[in-house]
Amino acid sequence: MSVVENFGLNRAELLRFIAAGSVDDGKSTLIGRLLHDSKSIFEDQLSSIARTSNKRGMQGVDLSLLTDGLQAEREQGITIDVAYRYFATPKRKFIIADTPGHEQYTRNMVTGASTANLAIILIDARKGVLTQSRRHAYLASLVGIPHLVVAVNKMDLVGYSREVFERICNDFAAFAKGLHLSSNIEYIPLSALNGDMVVERGNNLAWYEGHTLMDLLENIDIEHDVNTDDFRFPVQWVCRPQTEALHDFRGYMGRIESGSIRVGDQVTILPSGLSSRIKEILLYKDSFEDAFAPQSVTLTIEDHLDISRGDMLVKTGEQPQMKNEFAAMVCWLSEQPLDPRRKYIVKHTTRVVKGVVNQIDYRVDVNTFNHETIDFLRMNDIARVMMKVQQPIVFDGYARNRATGSFIIIDETSNNTVAAGMIC
Amino acid sequence: MSHRTFTHLDALESEAIHIMREVAAECTNPALLFSGGKDSIVLLRLAEKAFRPGRFPFPLLHIDTEHNFPEVIEFRDRRVKELGERLIVRSMENSIKQGRVVLRSENQSRNPFQSITLLDAIAEFRFDACIGGARRDEEKARAKERIFSFRDEFGQWDPKNQRPELWSLYNTRTHPGENMRVFPISNWTELDVWEYIEREQLQVPSIYFAHWREVIPRDAGLLPVSHLVQPKEGEHVEKVMVRFRTVGDMSCTCPVASDAKSVSEIIAETAMTRITERGATRMDDQASEAAMELRKKEGYF
Repeated sequence: MSVVENFGLNRAELLRFIAAGSVDDGKSTLIGRLLHDSKSIFEDQLSSIARTSNKRGMQGVDLSLLTDGLQAEREQGITIDVAYRYFATPKRKFIIADTPGHEQYTRNMVTGASTANLAIILIDARKGVLTQSRRHAYLASLVGIPHLVVAVNKMDLVGYSREVFERICNDFAAFAKGLHLSSNIEYIPLSALNGDMVVERGNNLAWYEGHTLMDLLENIDIEHDVNTDDFRFPVQWVCRPQTEALHDFRGYMGRIESGSIRVGDQVTILPSGLSSRIKEILLYKDSFEDAFAPQSVTLTIEDHLDISRGDMLVKTGEQPQMKNEFAAMVCWLSEQPLDPRRKYIVKHTTRVVKGVVNQIDYRVDVNTFNHETIDFLRMNDIARVMMKVQQPIVFDGYARNRATGSFIIIDETSNNTVAAGMIC
Repeated sequence: MSHRTFTHLDALESEAIHIMREVAAECTNPALLFSGGKDSIVLLRLAEKAFRPGRFPFPLLHIDTEHNFPEVIEFRDRRVKELGERLIVRSMENSIKQGRVVLRSENQSRNPFQSITLLDAIAEFRFDACIGGARRDEEKARAKERIFSFRDEFGQWDPKNQRPELWSLYNTRTHPGENMRVFPISNWTELDVWEYIEREQLQVPSIYFAHWREVIPRDAGLLPVSHLVQPKEGEHVEKVMVRFRTVGDMSCTCPVASDAKSVSEIIAETAMTRITERGATRMDDQASEAAMELRKKEGYF
C-alpha cells in the first residue's frame, strides 16, 4: 500500500466553497481558523503574519492576515477581488473562493460563487440577520449554489446564548422561504476567534448538538451537485491526426458537462439534429465502457458526420432547448454600463455568437428583492433581460443545468467580460 | 451505470484538460512553457491526455537562464524526444549579449530577468497564449490570479483590473500584441502535483530525490555549491542529504534536507511539511513581502 493510500488522500473528493460576509463578520478570521486548525498554515506564513501583526501593534497573531494578498491590500488593510485558498483533510480537498465584502461585492460574490458547491453565510451574533445577509443569501440562490450554511459567528460576544442563536435561525428561515434554494439550510453557532464549532467543538456550546463547520464541509453530499440526468457534451476540439495508422480517426474532445454516456448509446448532434451511436470513449491510453460528468474525454461515433467545435452531443431523448431568443438573469460586471444599442459577444458552452440585450424586464434590488423598471445596467446590477443571439444556442435552464444554462457577455471593443448570464 | 469514485485528482485533471483544449481552440498561436520542472512535467501529461492521439497543437517553449541544473536540461531534452513534439529554446545569454538584460554581476540570480527573454520570444513567434505551470498555492499574488491571465502589450499583469472569470467560460480574447498566460493547474497544490506524478508514474529529474550535495548554509537556507555559488569569507561548505522542491536558477534555488528517495516518500514528506514551497527554496521571493507581485507586474510568468 502506498503512502497516499495510507493517508487516504487518493480517495479525497473536491469541494469548492465561498464564504460570504463583510470584514466585520470575522470572515477572514473564520477562514484563517479553518486553515490553522486543519494544519494547513505553514510555518513561514505564520511567522510572516506574526511579524505583520506585531508591526501593526496587535496583540497575538491576527489570523485574518493570512488571506490578505496584494501589496495594495496590505497597505490599506482591505481585500480586493477574489482570492483562492486551498486546504485538505484526509476526506476532502477544499478550494475556498475568498471574496471581499465591500461595494463591489455583488460582482465578486457572483464570480466566486459560480463554481461553488457550498456557501457559508456569516452572521454576526450581536447584529442578527442584516440587509447584507439577505443579499448574500439571494446571490447564493441566484447563482444556484447547491448547499447553504449559515454560520452565526461571534457567539463568544453574546455569552454563547442559545436564545440568540435560535432567534437568528428563525429570522433567517423566515425570509429564506421566499428564495428558491435547492437544498436545506444548515445553521451552526460558532466563534471563529476562539475556534468553537469550527474544527473543534470547544467547551462553550455544549447545548448545540449539530455538526461543526468542518464536519459539514467534510460530509455534505456533493455527488448530486451536478445534473446526472441529461447527457451534455459540448465539443471543444476535433482530433484528426491524419497519420497513416489513424487515417480516418475523428475524435470529438470535450468535457461531459452533465449526465453520463455508454458505448452504444444513441446520440443527437445539435444544432444539426443528426444522430449516431457512441463507438468509443477514450482518454489517452484508456478506453472506457461509460463515462460521466465532469470527465474530460474523447468520443468517437459510428457514422461519418460533420461535427465541429460549438456543436453539442446529447443523448437522444434527453433533448435540450434550441433558440435564438431567451430570457435570462444577468449580473452586470463592468464599470462600462450596458449600451442597449450595441452588439456584444456571447460565450455559451463552447459556442461564441453575437448577441444583444433586447429588453430589460426589471432590475432586482438585492436588498429588498423588489423589482424596478430601468433602461440601463450598471456594475453590480442584477436584472432579468431578453437576449437575442445571431444563431440559435443549445441550452437548458440554469436551474436545471449550471453548465448549459450559463453564459458570459464580452465587449467586442475592450475584450472585457462585462456580464454573467443565467438562462431562465 | 457504474459509479467510479471521482477523486479530487480526477476533478483537477479534467479541469486542466478542459482548459488546455480551450486554449487550443480559441487562441491563434499558443505555446506551452516547459522547463523540465515538476509542474511543467505534469502539464505535458495533461497535454497528452488532452490531445492524443493527435499531436500537440502548440510547440513547447523553454526560457533558459543557463543557470539550470544540468540534470534538468538533460531531462528536458529526453522528455521532448520521447514525446516527439517541437521544443523552442530561447536563452537569456542572447538577451544579455544584445544588451536587453544587464546583470550587476555575472553570478547573480537570473530569475527576475526571464521576463525579458520570455517577452522577446513572445514577440518573435507572435504567441498569443503561453500555457504555464504556476499554481495559486505557491504565493500570495498567485492566489489572486485568473486561470486565463491577461497581459497587456508590455506583458504586464494588472491585478486590480482582471477580467472576472465565471464557471468555466474563459474569455480568451486578445488584441494583437497582447497575450494570455494560461495556468491549467492553478487549483493544484504541491501535494496534488506529487500525487499526480505518482498516479501517472511520471519521470522527474533526479535532483528532486534525496542525494548528497555540497551546500553552504546562508541566511535561512542551504545554497548548493556550483560554479555560480562559492563560499564567502566566514562561510563553510557542508555535505548534506538534500532534495530540491523546485528547480530554478542554481544561484538562488535551495534544496531542503531530506531522506525522501522516491515519489511516495516525497508525498509523505509534503503531506507533513511545515514550510511552504517557495518560502523554503526561493531566496528571490523572500526579498520582500511583495516580491512575486512586483515581478509578475513586470511580465514574469
